[in-house]
Order: sequence, then structure tokens, then C-alpha cells
Amino acid sequence: MTRSPRILPDRLQSPAARALRSWEAILVAVAIAVFVTNSFASPYFLNAWNLSDATFNFTEKALIAFAMAMLIIAGDIDLSVASIIALASTAMGVAMAAGADTPVLVLVGIGTGLLCGVINGALVAGMGLPSIVVTIGTMSLFRGIAYIVLGDKAFTGYPASFKFFGQGYVWWVISFELALFAVMAVVYYLLLHRTSFGRAVFAIGNNATAAQFSGIRVARVRFILFLLTGVMSGIAAVCLTSRLGSTRPSIATGWELEVVTMVVLGGVSILGGSGSIPGVVLAALIMGMVTFGFGLLNVPGIVMSIFLGVLLIGVIALPRLLRRR
Amino acid sequence: MGILKKALTTAAIATVLMAQTAAAENVKIALVVKALGIGFFEAAAKGAEEAAAELGDVEIIYTGPTSTTAEGQIEVINALIAQGVDAIAISANDPDAVAPALQRAMDRGITVISWDSGVAKEGRQMHLNPSSSALIGNTIIKLAADHIEGTGDVAILSATSTSTNQNIWIEEAKKVLPNYPNVNLVATVYGDDLADKSYREAQGLMATYPNLKAIIAPTTVGILAASQAVTDAGKIGEINVTGLGLPSEMAGAVESGATISFAIWNPIDLGYAATMLSYNLVKGATAEPGASIPMGRIGAAVLDENNEAAMSDPFTYDKSNIEQFKSIF
Repeated sequence: MTRSPRILPDRLQSPAARALRSWEAILVAVAIAVFVTNSFASPYFLNAWNLSDATFNFTEKALIAFAMAMLIIAGDIDLSVASIIALASTAMGVAMAAGADTPVLVLVGIGTGLLCGVINGALVAGMGLPSIVVTIGTMSLFRGIAYIVLGDKAFTGYPASFKFFGQGYVWWVISFELALFAVMAVVYYLLLHRTSFGRAVFAIGNNATAAQFSGIRVARVRFILFLLTGVMSGIAAVCLTSRLGSTRPSIATGWELEVVTMVVLGGVSILGGSGSIPGVVLAALIMGMVTFGFGLLNVPGIVMSIFLGVLLIGVIALPRLLRRR
Repeated sequence: MGILKKALTTAAIATVLMAQTAAAENVKIALVVKALGIGFFEAAAKGAEEAAAELGDVEIIYTGPTSTTAEGQIEVINALIAQGVDAIAISANDPDAVAPALQRAMDRGITVISWDSGVAKEGRQMHLNPSSSALIGNTIIKLAADHIEGTGDVAILSATSTSTNQNIWIEEAKKVLPNYPNVNLVATVYGDDLADKSYREAQGLMATYPNLKAIIAPTTVGILAASQAVTDAGKIGEINVTGLGLPSEMAGAVESGATISFAIWNPIDLGYAATMLSYNLVKGATAEPGASIPMGRIGAAVLDENNEAAMSDPFTYDKSNIEQFKSIF
């Protein structure tokens, strides 16, 4: 095979060819493969209610993943998201114990998330500390507070109307969480791909200094991104607490890595600068379907972890291999 | 032609076999554990298989999450509901968080019982305790007290601070402390049922309390890690590690003397009993206060006012019987 002349970097491929070779195309193929395999492997997979149940495996994590994707594209990371859930859930528990009703509980949950985001944002964007160090610190801090408040106790007995967010259905099999997931996917798609704010996020991720010199208020954008992950973690806390009907300080343990996995599987460069929301949506669907499909076949969880690990390395390596050819 | 004929025959046989399996209408009982790969639960699964073999028309699905989280167990429960199993027998990572998912399972006609680590009352039909918590609490303190000359400091190395049964046992143990004046309980630490963390916590205890005479670990991961830490520190004979452990894992520690004795009920019996109870409930027995539900070779479970029952007393293992039990579980 002779070496073809190098394509000039300023020349675009035809849109169709580009779409076919894109990360999203690979993910769509994987998603279809997983879906078809599951349908053949288990007679219980193709059932509206079962599929609806399966969406709970990823909706809450995906809500955070949208905000996390933008944060990682901008070159930062937030490892405290699972701890924010724990703290927000604990705060809701305290509010409930004080007699608060559902609307107040939701506000407390989201408000706590916002506050945690402000703390992370102030430390990273305000003081210029590295985000990975700051959020490893706040990861221990936020969950630590939850443990101090609760110890080995639990908050139970949330009001009946509060159940809606994690156990309620909007229409037929469409749960509230699934609907929220869809709405947020659109909101974040528009925010990242259709606004100047989104362009600023990409610019910062590619070269923060250049972005600064082109008039982007880098610190402010980064601060807002931490607010968003905080708020999304707060929203996820509302959903998860409602679904579990209880709060313990160990709630959502290990979710930060699952969220980051979802984002990276979705094609977001861990080094920042590139990625897309549709990719994250597909990654969420794939992870949810794989988990559920393996669960239906009663495959031990560790095999599932191995499969996800191989999938992650596979989809990351594949485009690089294709490009080399 | 030959190949085609063979293929057709195979297909025909396969169809017949599949039809037979379907016609048998096995009772599908799911044994959901805290996490896979833990010796205790593997032994329980063995007991469940024994019960299934005895009953005949039972299919056991042994499953659980990778790590001991409530969220992971809910994913497993959702998958079991989707498969339409007949019964779920669960050892819960969190008594409250799994309750909504289990309630949904019961709404769809699935029998739900908890065993070992319980579920909140509204999330199950009955709970099978391996033993009574009071007896376990007393046993673990007694095992430590028996081998302390004079008085000595004793520390507890538990699983996570949210582990339901460990917390109850420690509570019960604290209640009987006045009966053992030679035991001076100085600390309770948490190794999270992780080998490395438990090991470090045990090291920390030895460093903090020079007069430490015993470490009580009411968890199979903790007791093993603590006996290793004591062995590595060269403190065999000084510090006795005791609590609840698995004979197969503890055989080395008992032989070396790091552990003089420890207790556990028989997890094989526990899995067996949970399966028998699930089966009987599926077949029409009712779980209500005062009811007596048969558990096969073990006898019958008598439910208290909370629909809970105790299986049997914990059993002490030491040098005299460890050889016999280490190959069992």
C-alpha cells in the first residue's frame, strides 16, 4: 500500500465520511450490538417495563456526567461528585427531620450541591489550585461531614410525595428520572454545542492561556462549570435519595469513577479540549444496557467490570488504530 | 446429508430438552448476597444448592454486586424482578435503601425474605437471623475474656460503620461488658471489610494501646487481617485475635496461635435454611407473627412479632476442631 498524500489540516472531510468515522458512530455500533446481543441472550430483555427498570442503572450518574463532560473538556475534573451526593442527601435528611416538606427538601438538596460547587469552584478557579487535588480533598471533606452527622444511623421516612423523583412515572414506562435525563441531555447539548459559553469551554480546554488572551473570562467559566457539577450532583442526590427512600453516609460510594468512566467512554478527551454530549448519552445507554443485560443472565458483577474495562480500552484504542492505517 | 441429519437430530434433541426444562416449572429462588467472592456467602450458596437438591424442583440463582453497595444490590434486584423469579432471599448491604426495590418485587408477586443482614420490615416478608444477636454479642466478649489473665485492654475491629448486623452485635456486646470485669473495651474501629484497611486499623490499635490483650473482629475479613497484623508484628501470645471468622481462612491463625478461638454459625446451614423458608413461602406458607415455618433438617423457624426468627447458636472453633471444619467452609 502506497502512502497517500497527507490531507491538509484545513480541509474538511465530507460530512458523511466524518460522521461514519466519528466516536459517536463507534458508540452507536456498540450500543446496537449490545442491544441485539441482549435481546437474543435473554427472553426478558425486550420488555418495556424491564427496560424502564434498567434505566435507573444510569440516569442519576448520567445527570452528573453531562456536567462532568463539560468540566473535563475544559481541562478540569471533579472527583467530589459522589461525596456531594452524600452531603446533599444528608442535608435533605436533616431538613426532613426538622419537618420540611417535599419542595423544601428538593431545594435543600440542590442548594447543598450548589454550595459544594461554589467551594470547589472558589478553590480551583478563584485560588488557582489544581482541580484534581482540590476535589480529592473535598471528596473526603463532604463525605466526612455526612459521616459526622449520621455515623451509623440513617434518615428514613421521607414524605410520600418525595418518592416521585426516584420512583415516579411521568407517562407509561417513562420514569421521572428518564424524562429528566432526556431533558438535561438536550439542555447540555445546546449549552455545549450551540452557545458561546460552550465554545469558551472548548477553547479553555485546548489552550487556557490563548483563551484568556482572546477575551474569554477563563476563571469565571471554570467557576460556573464547578457550579454546574455541584448542582447536577444535588439533583442526582434528590433522585437517588428518593429512589432509596433513605439516607446513609455511604450513599453513592464509588460513583465518581463511574461518572468519569461514562464521560471518557463517551469520547471526551481526559486531557480536555474535545468531546460531545451525544457521546456521553450513548455511553450512559451502553453502560446501563450492559449492566442490565448481564444482570438478566446472572453474570457475576466482576465479569461486568472486566467487560466494561475492556470496552473502555477498546473504544479508546479503536479510533487511534483506524487513524494509523 | 450426514451432517444435515446430525444437525437436525441435535436441534430436535435440544428442542426436547428445552421443552422439558420449561415443563418442569422449577421454583426459581435467587440468593442475593452482599458481594460475590466472599467465602461466607460462597458457603451459603453451597447450602442453598443442598436444599435445592433435597427439594428437587428448585433452581438456585446465586448473585450479588461486585462491591458491598446498596445501589449495586438494587441493580441486581431489578434484573431479578425482570426475570420473574419466584423468590428473593437477600443479605442486605443497607436495610432501608433496598426496601423500595424489594417492595416492588413483592408487588409483582415475588416472595422476599432477608437472611444474615436484614431488611427494614416493609421490604421483606420475614427475616432469618443466623443466631440471636444477644448470644453473638455475649460470645465474642466471652471468647476474648476467656484468654485474658488479669485485666486487659480489648478493641473491636468492625466492618463498615453502617453494617447492620455488626452494629447490633457490638451493641449487644457492650451490654454484657459488666459481666466480664477483666475486659476493658478501649476502642471500636472500622476496617470497612477491606483486607488492607482492616490490617492498617489493627496496626493502629496495637500502636495506640500498648496494654492491648485482644482484638475482637466480628467480621470474617477483619479477623483475618487482624490476625495477620498481629503475626507480622510478632505479638502472637501477647494479643489474641478473636471474633467471627471462617474456619478455612482462620486455620493458619489458629495453628500459629494468633487466634486461640473464634465463633461462627454454619453459613451452609444458613443458605440451606433461607432456601427452605423461601420455598415454603412460595408454596403457600404465610409469614406472620407466631408462625412456624419448616427449615428442612434444621427444624422450624418461629417468627417473633417483627416476623424475625433465629436459626441457631454460634459455634466455637479452636485447635480441637479446626482441622475438621476448614475443608467445609
